[in-house]
Amino acid sequence: MCGNEALAEAAIIAGLDAYFGYPITPQNEIPAYMSRRMPEEGRVFVQSESELAAINMVFGASATGKRAMTSSSSPGISLMQEGLSYLAGAELPAVVVNVMRGGPGLGNIAPSQADYFQATRGGGHGDYRTITLAPASVQEMADCMPLAFDLADQYRMTVIVLADGILGQMMEPIVLDKKKRRKLPAKDWALTGATGREQNIVRSLWLGETALENHNYKLQAKYENIQKNEVLCEQYEVDDAEIVVVAYGIAARIVRPAVNKARQAGIKAGWIRPITLWPFPTEQISRAADQMRIFLTVEMSNGQMVEDVKLAVAGKAAVLLYGRPGGGVPTVDEILERIKQLTLPAKR
Amino acid sequence: MSWVTKYEMQDTRNEFYEEVVIAGFGGQGVMLAGKLLAHTAMKRGLEVTYMPSYGAEVRGGTANCMVIIAKNKIASPLVSRPDSLIIMNKASLSKFASRLKAGGLLIFNSSLIDGEPQLPDTIEILAVPADDIALELGNLKAANMVALGAYLQKRGLFGSDAAADSLVDILAKRHHRTLPVNTKALHRGAEYVVSRS
Amino acid sequence: MKTVFKRTPTLKDCPTHYCPGCGHGIAHRLVAEIIDELGIRSRTIGIAPVGCAVLAYDYLDVDMIEVPHGRPPAVATGMKRTNPDKIIFSYQGDGDLAAIGTAEIIHAAHRGEQITVIFINNAVFGMTGGQMAPTTVLGQVTATTPKGRNRTGEGYPLQISELLAALPGAIYLERCSLHNPAQISKTKKAIKHAFELQIEGAEGLALVEVLSPCPTYWRMTPVKAMEWIEKEMTKVFPLGRLKDVAGE
Repeated sequence: MCGNEALAEAAIIAGLDAYFGYPITPQNEIPAYMSRRMPEEGRVFVQSESELAAINMVFGASATGKRAMTSSSSPGISLMQEGLSYLAGAELPAVVVNVMRGGPGLGNIAPSQADYFQATRGGGHGDYRTITLAPASVQEMADCMPLAFDLADQYRMTVIVLADGILGQMMEPIVLDKKKRRKLPAKDWALTGATGREQNIVRSLWLGETALENHNYKLQAKYENIQKNEVLCEQYEVDDAEIVVVAYGIAARIVRPAVNKARQAGIKAGWIRPITLWPFPTEQISRAADQMRIFLTVEMSNGQMVEDVKLAVAGKAAVLLYGRPGGGVPTVDEILERIKQLTLPAKR
Repeated sequence: MSWVTKYEMQDTRNEFYEEVVIAGFGGQGVMLAGKLLAHTAMKRGLEVTYMPSYGAEVRGGTANCMVIIAKNKIASPLVSRPDSLIIMNKASLSKFASRLKAGGLLIFNSSLIDGEPQLPDTIEILAVPADDIALELGNLKAANMVALGAYLQKRGLFGSDAAADSLVDILAKRHHRTLPVNTKALHRGAEYVVSRS
Repeated sequence: MKTVFKRTPTLKDCPTHYCPGCGHGIAHRLVAEIIDELGIRSRTIGIAPVGCAVLAYDYLDVDMIEVPHGRPPAVATGMKRTNPDKIIFSYQGDGDLAAIGTAEIIHAAHRGEQITVIFINNAVFGMTGGQMAPTTVLGQVTATTPKGRNRTGEGYPLQISELLAALPGAIYLERCSLHNPAQISKTKKAIKHAFELQIEGAEGLALVEVLSPCPTYWRMTPVKAMEWIEKEMTKVFPLGRLKDVAGE
């Protein structure tokens, strides 16, 4: 199974009721898979006329309490930003998969990590956040789906799965997990027809003196709660490291052998891999920065996550970037070379 | 978190670790050969990754895939310095040959590539007339299996039988009528290597 | 004393924010009456547009959602596909449906989504201050056509119902008006039919276009506005049934 298909099947196992999407490379395996499997399960698949329509179909299905998702790649996700803002305002759960490609504009179809800002900063208009999960293997493409749906339902918000062309296309052996993870609150807000209860209204319009301000404070409290409770992060050999490489997704996998080789060459290197990009593992990185050391972020962009690392480090250590934009993929040797450049002169 | 994949010190090369690139032009079945190699290795309990080139660049142009087979979990699925190369056309030879690791293995389709490639002495080179053998079997499209059979025989990871057994998992149902010719092609590739040694 | 007229339960007992002489109040009442007459309140979900009717959920006592500008047909698709037993209607103005949401309405009709669309055409953008709508008639003065709409550069009024009639997925299309009691009664019948089709499971989209007065941005008295619909608007937007696959 390729990553895209693994993710699609895992979503179905996680109880996906409806998939809506529009074709774009490199995620076309997802709608193709869904078009076959969803009807087999008696569930909904619609190929929409645009990404704009797709996210609004998700909006509609989600408002009735159903588990709905869409998937796309960078240019398509840009089109969805209107819907993502409304989903945030209306507090509706949704899962959106972005199999990133090179940008800006039509860019190319090569793997990329240049939509980090868009995903972690809200992307659309208004003060909001979206939980952002960054899988790094085909297994994790699958494993993050039940988590994404649970988080979306628990917090009534959008969860973005931020993958890239490599993760979408590559194949690895996986095990699909069928167990349910979280206890979730009842969806008593859903539009199901007003039977024996007052009318339910789903909206993002808040008129009146401080109505919207108060609504925003409520959202903010929710986001703070998530920042406190939902950070996922993996680290390796950080305790004695002089240099810590920070990378997520596929870049984090390329970093691993580079760090191993650096250790073999006598350099005290380690790595931190944020799994949730928002909420960002600020505390973990801040703690690592308490000892004097160098942080190197490796990204398939001109440096986006590096800003979050800098915020976390807060001036306690040097934060540097090795970035490859426009679909460029760093190699193990390039990263190793950069680690050596940064550490060896310091020993002199 | 329990759902996070645990990786070990996988790239220290103390354990078995083989990186392969299979390349040719679109339609030569390099993706299928790569998938079959990865799937067969997986069934034999090894760790594998398979990474295809994808999208518009494949159509009408060159196609390639990267397969890694290892004892331990694999970190990066990308291959920059392959241990082995299976090359089906001339354009791919010039693109990938120089990337071969010292001591590596090059298998190339001598039906489409004239002469012996000029490479460092440490590299083992094996010319396999894959298209000719496939034509003898009555299906040019089986050239990919001839080359893969030769590779398996040369590397000795597992026999061409094991790959032949996996064909049914990898080939789309509508192509199952080609199972016999593909099976034969895998074996003929292996036999070719035996006959030359 | 005998009660001859009363508020229908699905219409909330509150004053609306609409201007004097606005057609939305009448259209809301018709929708509420129909929902009650058909007994579908407990399984109906309504979709409010962006436009003057954005607060429709304050007046219609059914489950309702307010959605991005122009997207009600896409939202309705998501709802109906996942809830085929529910009755889904969208209530959209001319800016929402005929300008920014043209792709969504055409493709929902094209797919034959089993939804009911109430399209309020008042030939102007009301909420934002009376700018030109796609349905603004030639010569009509608006905030953005100070010299009157000119076909050169501003185009002819868009006849969305006629456009939709070409699509097999649109099974019922009728244009009505609110300019006098007889027409209001016809409008009610049409909207009711559009709901009935969905209840019966008819395979396609039903849309009723309603010509509705906007005295404020037409710069007229309410009475003059009604006359203007009859004399001017119906010339560009002729009343009548454009399509009824079930009735043919």
